[in-house]
Amino acid sequence: MSDSTFAHARHVVSENPVTGFALGLFVFFVLAAIFGPSLAPYDPLASNTMRALQPPSAQHWFGTDQIGRDIFSRVLVATRLDLGIAAASVALVFAAGGFAGLVSGFFGGWVDLVIGRITDTIMAFPLFVLAMAIVAALGNTVPNIVLATAIINFPLYVRIARAETVQRREAGFVDAARIAGHRDMGVLLTQVAPNIMPIMVVQMSLTMGYAILNAAGLSFIGLGVRAPTPEWGIMVAEGASFIVSGEWWVALFPGATLMIAVFCFNLLGDGVRDIVDPRRRT
Amino acid sequence: MIGNDPVPPALQGPMLLDVAELSKRFPLGKKGFFSGRTPSMVHAVDDVSLTLARGETLGLVGESGCGKSTLVRLLTRLTDPTTGSIRFGTRELSAIPARDFARDPDRARIQTVFQDAGESINPRFTAADAIADPLRQMKGMTGVALRQKVEEAARLCGLPLELLNRFPHQLSGGQRARVGIARAIGPRPDLLVLDEPTAALDVSVQVTILQLLVSLRESLGISYVFVSHDLNVVRLLCDRVVVMYLGRVVEVGPARAVFDNPLHPYTRGLVAAVPRFDGLRDDALRLVGDPKSPIDPDPNACRFHGRCPVGVARCGTEMPALRKFAGGREAACHFAEG
Amino acid sequence: MTNVLDVRDFSVEFRTRSGIVKALDRVAFTVAPGETLALVGESGSGKSVTAYALLGLLDDAGRITGGSAMLEGVELTTASPATLSAIRGKRAAMIFQNPRAALNPIRSVGQQIGDVLRRHAGLSARAAAAGAVEMLRAVGIPDPARRAAAYPFELSGGMCQRVMIAIAVATRPALLIADEPTTGLDVTTQAVVMDIMGRLAAETGMATILITHDLALAAERAGRIAVMHAGHIVEDAATATLLANPRHPYTRRLLAATPTAAGDLGDLRSIPGSLPDLRRADLAPCRFAARCDRRLPACDQPLVWRDIAPHHRIACGNPA
Repeated sequence: MSDSTFAHARHVVSENPVTGFALGLFVFFVLAAIFGPSLAPYDPLASNTMRALQPPSAQHWFGTDQIGRDIFSRVLVATRLDLGIAAASVALVFAAGGFAGLVSGFFGGWVDLVIGRITDTIMAFPLFVLAMAIVAALGNTVPNIVLATAIINFPLYVRIARAETVQRREAGFVDAARIAGHRDMGVLLTQVAPNIMPIMVVQMSLTMGYAILNAAGLSFIGLGVRAPTPEWGIMVAEGASFIVSGEWWVALFPGATLMIAVFCFNLLGDGVRDIVDPRRRT
Repeated sequence: MIGNDPVPPALQGPMLLDVAELSKRFPLGKKGFFSGRTPSMVHAVDDVSLTLARGETLGLVGESGCGKSTLVRLLTRLTDPTTGSIRFGTRELSAIPARDFARDPDRARIQTVFQDAGESINPRFTAADAIADPLRQMKGMTGVALRQKVEEAARLCGLPLELLNRFPHQLSGGQRARVGIARAIGPRPDLLVLDEPTAALDVSVQVTILQLLVSLRESLGISYVFVSHDLNVVRLLCDRVVVMYLGRVVEVGPARAVFDNPLHPYTRGLVAAVPRFDGLRDDALRLVGDPKSPIDPDPNACRFHGRCPVGVARCGTEMPALRKFAGGREAACHFAEG
Repeated sequence: MTNVLDVRDFSVEFRTRSGIVKALDRVAFTVAPGETLALVGESGSGKSVTAYALLGLLDDAGRITGGSAMLEGVELTTASPATLSAIRGKRAAMIFQNPRAALNPIRSVGQQIGDVLRRHAGLSARAAAAGAVEMLRAVGIPDPARRAAAYPFELSGGMCQRVMIAIAVATRPALLIADEPTTGLDVTTQAVVMDIMGRLAAETGMATILITHDLALAAERAGRIAVMHAGHIVEDAATATLLANPRHPYTRRLLAATPTAAGDLGDLRSIPGSLPDLRRADLAPCRFAARCDRRLPACDQPLVWRDIAPHHRIACGNPA
C-alpha cells in the first residue's frame, strides 16, 4: 500500500471506532488460529466421562461437553479449522471467479456465453442446498467443503469482476496499453486486473463471514467436518440437544464464537470498503 | 536527434505515411441469424487518402461524427480497415491484423498522445510506471537502464523528476499531459498521433504544451498527425491540414492557406464559426442543421448536399472527386476554384 | 433602468477536510436588462461557484460568508430556500455544460419543458404541452410538434442544449446564467446555440451571464467581460475596451496566451506560476501578485475595486 493508503486507512479507523474494534477482533482470531492448538489448556480430543457436562468454572472456562472434553480448548482449536476453510474457499473463488469475470467481460463472445450459463446454472439452486448436494456427492472432507463453498460463491465473484471489467474495457488506458505493445491477455492482466482488485478485495472480506457460516452450517447438519474433530458447527449441533435439559454452555459458547467471528468479518468488510473505495479519497 | 535507433531502410524514404482509399464500415445492430437482408452499414471512414512526409505535421479537423476518431484508430492500428491501404514507409500495415500488431517491430514507431491524459493513464500506475510500460514491453528494457530512459523522457518533457512517483490523480492537468507525451516519445516513434492533446487544458498551460511539442519534433525528428477541434491551434502547429466531413476528405492543403482562403463550402462554414477577437462575423456562412446520417449514405450524392449554402441538382447526383489545385491544395467540390 | 442583478462584496467559503477554501472573495458586478456579461477565467477561478452560490445551489460544504446579491429587488443571500426555489426557473434560470446529462433521461423533452410551465407559469397540462411545442420552435428545432415526444438520448448534443435553453427560457426569466454552455459542442453547433441565446435575449429583454474559459467566445457574444482569477474579479469592462486596452496584468497575460486566427506560436506567452492554495490563512490580498511581473510593494496592501475609467473597473496595485 502506498503512503496515502496508509494515511487514509488510519483516518477511516479513527473516524469509525467500530472498524478499529473489528480489526482488533480480527487480529485476535488470526492469533487464535495460528497459536490456538499450542495454547489450549486441554487436549481437545481428550474425553473424561467423569467430568462430563460440567458448567463453566475456573478449571473449564467454557465447561465440558457430554464426554468430558474441555469446550474452551475445542472452541480455540476449531478457530484454525473454521478460519482455514473460509480463507481457502475465499481464495479459490477469488482466483477462479475473478479470472472468469475478467475474460468474460473483456472478450465477450462465446466465452462470456459459456461462463454466463455456468453461473446461471449455479444460481438456479438455493445455494446452501447446492453446497449440501456437492458435499454429499463428493464426500465429507475438508477439501470438498472448501470446493462447495467456492462453487456457491462463484457467480457473485464472476458478476462483480465482469461488471468492473466491462466498465474499463473501453478506457483510454486500455488503448494506450495496446499502443505500448501489449496483446489482449497482457492488457487484461497488467492493466484491467489491477483496477478491479480493490472491489474484489472488499468482496473477499465480506464473503469470509459467509464462508465461515457455510462451513459451520454444513457441519451442523452432518455434511461437513466429522466428529470428533472440533469445529464450531458440529459443536453447536452436539450441544443443541442439551439445551432443553439445562446444559446451555455446550451449544452457547461455540455458537457465540461463531456469531462473533462472522460479525467481525462483516464489519471488517465494511471497513475495508471504506478504505479502498476511491470515492472516499480526497 | 537524441537517442534514436538508426532508421530502418523501409522508413528512409521521404514519404512516411501513405494512406490510399481507406474505408471503415460497421454493420449496424447485431447480425441476426434469420434476418437474411444485408445489415445497414455505418460509413465511419469512406475512401480517405492522405500522405505524410517525414518531419511534417499534418492537422486533422472536422466536427464530431466526421470520422477523425476512427481514422486515428486505423492509423494507429487499433482497428482494421474494411478496405484500403496504409503504407508506413514501404510496408503495408493493413496486411497485419490489429490483434497481432502489438508484437510487430513497427508498433514502437507509431505512438499516440491521447486527449484526456487522466483517462489514458492507468489509475493504478505511477507516472514512472506509465512511462516505463511501453519501453518495458516493446524494447525489453529493465532495471537501471529502464529507469534512466524514463527519467530522460521526463526531462525532455519538462516533467520534474520528483513527480514520477505520483499517481495521475495527484498531478495537475498540465503535468498529466506531460506524462502522456513522455510515455509516447520514450520508444522514439517516427510517427506520433496526437488526439486533441490540449483540449482539456487551460489556455496558459496549452501554450507550454504546444511549445513542448514543437521542441520535441525538432529535437527528435518526429512527424505528427495532430487532431483538434480548435482551428486556431491547428493553424499554429501544422504544416498541412486535412478537413473531414461525414467520413470523407473534403479539403487538403497548407494550414494557413486553407484557413485564410477555404476552397470547400464546409471549410468556409467551419472557419466562419470560430469566434474571433476582431468581431467580424459572416452570418451568411452560418451552417445550420446537422450532418446527414452516416448510415448507408447515397454513394452518388455529395455528403454535404442539403446543408451546403451552395448546392445545385448536380450535387445530389454526382459525388465530387477530390480535385487538385495549385499550391498543393485539394478540394472535393464541384464549385471549388483554386 | 435598474439592474437585474446587483452583486456586491460577495464571498463564499467551502469547508473541506483539509481546510477552509476561500473560493470567492468580495466579488462584485452588475447585469442590466438585455445585457450579456461574460465571466471569464481559467479552471479554479471561481466563475461556476459564483453562479451556483447566487442561485442557492451550493452543496452542503459551501456557505455564503458575506456580501449581497439583489435580483430584481430580492436579496438572494438571505432568502429562504422556499423563496430561492420559487425564483429558480421562474425569474432566474441556468443552463449547464453537459446538456444531455442535465436533462432527465426518462422524460420526453416536451414533458420537461411542460413541467416548468406548469410549475412556474401555472399552466394546465394541455396549455403546457402546447407551450412546450412553441418553445421548441423558438429554439429552432425542426418539426417541433413531433420532436416534443423525443427523449434526450435520441437527440444530438446541440439539440439537447437547445432543449435546455427552451426549459430555461420558457417562463421568460429576467436572468439567464449559462455555465460553459457550448464546451463539448462543435464550433458550428456552438455558433448556432449562441445565436439562439442572443436572439431570445433580444426578444425578451433577458439579461445573460455567460460563464466561459473561452475569451474569444466572450469577446464575440458579450457586451461586457469580467475577468476572474482565484476567486477575485480582477477587471470588468466593456468588451471593446477590454480587448483594446486591458489594464490588469492577468487580463493581458490571458490575452497573450490565447491562440487567434493570426500570429505564430512564438507570439504566445504562457502565464508563469500557478493558482495560490485557497486554503491558506496567509493569502496575499492580491492573489495574482506571486505570478505578476508588475508587482510592487503597494500590492501587499488590501485591494481596492475601483473605476480606472468610466465603466472600467479594476482591482490592481499597478495597472498597465
